[in-house]
Amino acid sequence: MERDKLVYMANQIAKFFESAKEGARSKGVADHINKFWEPRMRSQLFERVDGGRTEGMHELVLEAMDSIRRPEAPTGSGAPNQNDPSLA
Amino acid sequence: MSLIREIDYGTPASKAEKTVTLTIDGVEVTVPEGTSLMRAAMDAGVQVPKLCATDMMDAFGSCRLCVVEVEGRNGTPASCTTPVAAGMKVSTQTERLKAIRKGVMELYISDHPLDCLTCAANGDCELQDMAGAVGLREVRYGYDGENHLGKEKDVSNPYFQFDPSKCIVCSRCVRACNEVQGTFALTVEGRGFDSIISAGTSFDDFFSSDCVSCGACVQACPTATLEEKSVIEIGTPEHSVVTTCAYCGVGCSFKAEMRGEELVRMVPYKDGKANRGHSCVKGRFALGYATHKDRILGPMIRDHYTQPWKEVSWEEALSFTAAKINDIQAKYGKGAMGGISSSRCTNEEVYLVQKLVRAGFGNNNIDTCARVCHSPTGYGLNSTFGTSAGTQDFDSVEDTDVILVIGANPTDGHPVFASRMKKRLRGKPGEPGAKLIVIDPRRIDLVKTPHVKADHHLALTPGTNVAMLTALAHVIVTEGLVNESFVRERCEWDEFQEWAAFVAEDRHSPEAVEAITGVPAEDVRKAARLYATGGNGAIYYGLGVTEHSQGSTSVIAIANLAMATGNIGRRGVGVNPLRGQNNVQGSCDMGSFPHELPGYRHISTDAVRETFEELWGVTIDKEPGLRIPNMFDAAVEGTFKGLYCQGEDILQSDPDTKHVSAGLAALELLIVHDLFLNETANYANVFLPGSTFLEKNGTFTNAERRINRVRKVMAPKNGYEDWQVTQMLAQAIGMDMNYSHPSEIMAEISATTPSFANVTYDLLEEKGSVQWPCNEAHPEGSPIMHVDTFMRGKGKFIMTEYVATDERTGPRFPLLLTTGRILSQYNVGAQTRRTGNVVWHDEDLLEIHPHDAEQRGVRDGDWVKLQSRAGETSIKAKITDRVAPGVVYTTFHHPMTQANVITTDFSDWATNCPEYKVTAVQISPSNGPTEWQDDYRELAMESRRIAPAEAAE
Repeated sequence: MERDKLVYMANQIAKFFESAKEGARSKGVADHINKFWEPRMRSQLFERVDGGRTEGMHELVLEAMDSIRRPEAPTGSGAPNQNDPSLA
Repeated sequence: MSLIREIDYGTPASKAEKTVTLTIDGVEVTVPEGTSLMRAAMDAGVQVPKLCATDMMDAFGSCRLCVVEVEGRNGTPASCTTPVAAGMKVSTQTERLKAIRKGVMELYISDHPLDCLTCAANGDCELQDMAGAVGLREVRYGYDGENHLGKEKDVSNPYFQFDPSKCIVCSRCVRACNEVQGTFALTVEGRGFDSIISAGTSFDDFFSSDCVSCGACVQACPTATLEEKSVIEIGTPEHSVVTTCAYCGVGCSFKAEMRGEELVRMVPYKDGKANRGHSCVKGRFALGYATHKDRILGPMIRDHYTQPWKEVSWEEALSFTAAKINDIQAKYGKGAMGGISSSRCTNEEVYLVQKLVRAGFGNNNIDTCARVCHSPTGYGLNSTFGTSAGTQDFDSVEDTDVILVIGANPTDGHPVFASRMKKRLRGKPGEPGAKLIVIDPRRIDLVKTPHVKADHHLALTPGTNVAMLTALAHVIVTEGLVNESFVRERCEWDEFQEWAAFVAEDRHSPEAVEAITGVPAEDVRKAARLYATGGNGAIYYGLGVTEHSQGSTSVIAIANLAMATGNIGRRGVGVNPLRGQNNVQGSCDMGSFPHELPGYRHISTDAVRETFEELWGVTIDKEPGLRIPNMFDAAVEGTFKGLYCQGEDILQSDPDTKHVSAGLAALELLIVHDLFLNETANYANVFLPGSTFLEKNGTFTNAERRINRVRKVMAPKNGYEDWQVTQMLAQAIGMDMNYSHPSEIMAEISATTPSFANVTYDLLEEKGSVQWPCNEAHPEGSPIMHVDTFMRGKGKFIMTEYVATDERTGPRFPLLLTTGRILSQYNVGAQTRRTGNVVWHDEDLLEIHPHDAEQRGVRDGDWVKLQSRAGETSIKAKITDRVAPGVVYTTFHHPMTQANVITTDFSDWATNCPEYKVTAVQISPSNGPTEWQDDYRELAMESRRIAPAEAAE
């Protein structure tokens, strides 16, 4: 039952905002994802869209991509920030 | 320290505003109209002897001990049943009264065992007190006459016994069961001299009867007839401390009655504003887990979860853990660590866990079990009203005219509040009860219970709440039942109009959605009219609303209904989420969500971050962190490697167990901080022992936003309160954290969080409790929210389109499984399974309708295999028409059932709150546990091994 969870979740959000008034729909999707999605999840979404693998994605998600914040550097991988006091 | 003795005024307080002045024993006293002479006397400082009266219930007037004389009136009226009148002159002690009382006591004592010295109630017995008060010196009748002595005791209840020989048939227990608890289990059987208290029918004992073991009768009994077994065993307590129950979100206040460091009993506290002196079987009696032999009292570590545990010193455990944390973050990045705070722990403890994660781990990967229960409440109420909390206090229900319960089962999940609700539903002579609408797939007890019957039970198909709620809105809008003046004044008018046009569309009419919900349209219309026009309408909801793929949408739909009908901002109305765990509200308030700092302020807000950055001396990540389900996903993907899990059994409580265990197994570090080696600990390599609520100081916040003190009554058996454990862990990873008392943590919370600005331990000491917001605008807290304006300014209507869940029934999985809980057990059962409560519910059962059972050849009590797309388990069937055909139901209290092997990873669109309430399943006869259950049992046993200590040379 492995489905593409991330796309599924994004589409669920899009479905909710389908009933919002015109002009607020893709913005609603983008705001929601910006507010609640951890950068690694947003990165994965970008990887898909950037790679052209947009099949099965709700059109409001695609429309929203421009307004979704692209994560600066994925926090899940790579070396930690050496200046970080918590790692002292 | 001494025993807190609460004054018993004999009869309940009158709510009348008009007062009356009278004279009692020469003392002038002014009391509200309708007050009894007995209560007025107590106000004047005169205690009239009494046996059958107590202020938890209405006067009865049977014992004839409380007689008084009133100037100008004949006879000797009972002071409990006689109301005050202006100018009355009352005498409570005259020769005539003395003789009457002595005579009455002589009769009582002539039929009572004279074993005071060896009686469990010695020193705590009203009959004994009254014998003393009336000066009883002899019993003229002797003791040889016909009597009730030597009758057999009923010890069937695990927590209290019934000794009929000591009963004076005052009927306080019967009335407590009726008036306070609302179960109507007990009765007086027989007449005259043969009268005896019966637990139900003549075949019943207390265990087999309808008794729910709430303890109200034991509390009410003036003798040792109904007595706690713990008092019989230990003796009477010598001091007591007021604290807050650690079970459900009602947050009852109790007196922990102690002898030294031994807990004798928990007694509900009348001044507790959530429970008003009532209790349930869990908070009153189910405390045995605190001293259960399964508790692990010292830290343990191991390199991998497949090894046996090694008992180590705190020092070694903490340095082992800190090294792993540093190692993980160096290797995989800061974001590879995270934490889960516990909704069973105190506000102060939760605050420290999120601080450890944000300031110590340097990310926002902090979440709490509210993710899997009420996170949609957070989203939904925040979007519409502007903050995430119930709008009322519990007292508000007393002024409600129409109660709408949706997706909640208060008599099992929130029993003490349910009793208060039932009281309002029954009404009183001259004051009709509130009307009741229940929206639930199951016929929950509230639908039909003694003297309560729902006016409408809309038994909808699981997963169709949004369709139902939008249909209710459709009726309200199209039939002109909107409270337009409220909406114009208090809400965003343009958005309301768009919403009204949306819900008015034909496709949202009850007729159109009947095919989806399965509920006849006419019933929906009637219910909508009742809610909109029946007076004060209050909505109470639970996890049957939130735990759906459209959980957040349903919460929004509920808020829409309340705004459209003007049912917000005063007593008797409102939107009330019934919170599952004791401190779910608090853990959400304290910044346990990965996107929010304390007080529901988004992490991306610079000014909010700066407040904490300045105080903590760190930079806080401005990006939201991982939510619990995202953590498991990231763990399986390999980017999330370490988790600190405090007081939560995610393996048992979270859906799709196989996915959760895969995530946990992939971690390099799993710290379980708990009382017991719970199911999650099967995958842990660090175990930090936790403390119970009896062993710590702090505060819990209940479902009505009430901040209640938790007070330490015994030293932590594990050595430390939980906030100290978190602090030691923080210190081990190099954080500068040095609180010496939870009050200092609360001081930091109020300094940083505007809605808590005025909250201090001193204020809590003074007021008993306060409800947030408690700040400059509301110096003593806020019983009711959104009184003049909504927290967000204007209320916001939001469209609620019904989207069917993708979890569908079909030929392979034709039934819908929905899950819930039962009165005697709590959550994953970690606590209640380790108490006498198991006698009521020692295994989870699958409720199935006779029709579905018949078709599958399943008989009551048979093992059945329960299969879904996610997994399968075996469970015993219970055949009942409480569920509709096509729906099956079970609880998730027992780890060997593992109901969550069945549930799927579908979740709420907005919050990822899992869809526990809808799973398509099939059922077939079975011989016993499945292979998976056997394997799991083996894994759990393997994993709980503790290496024997090496012998000293």
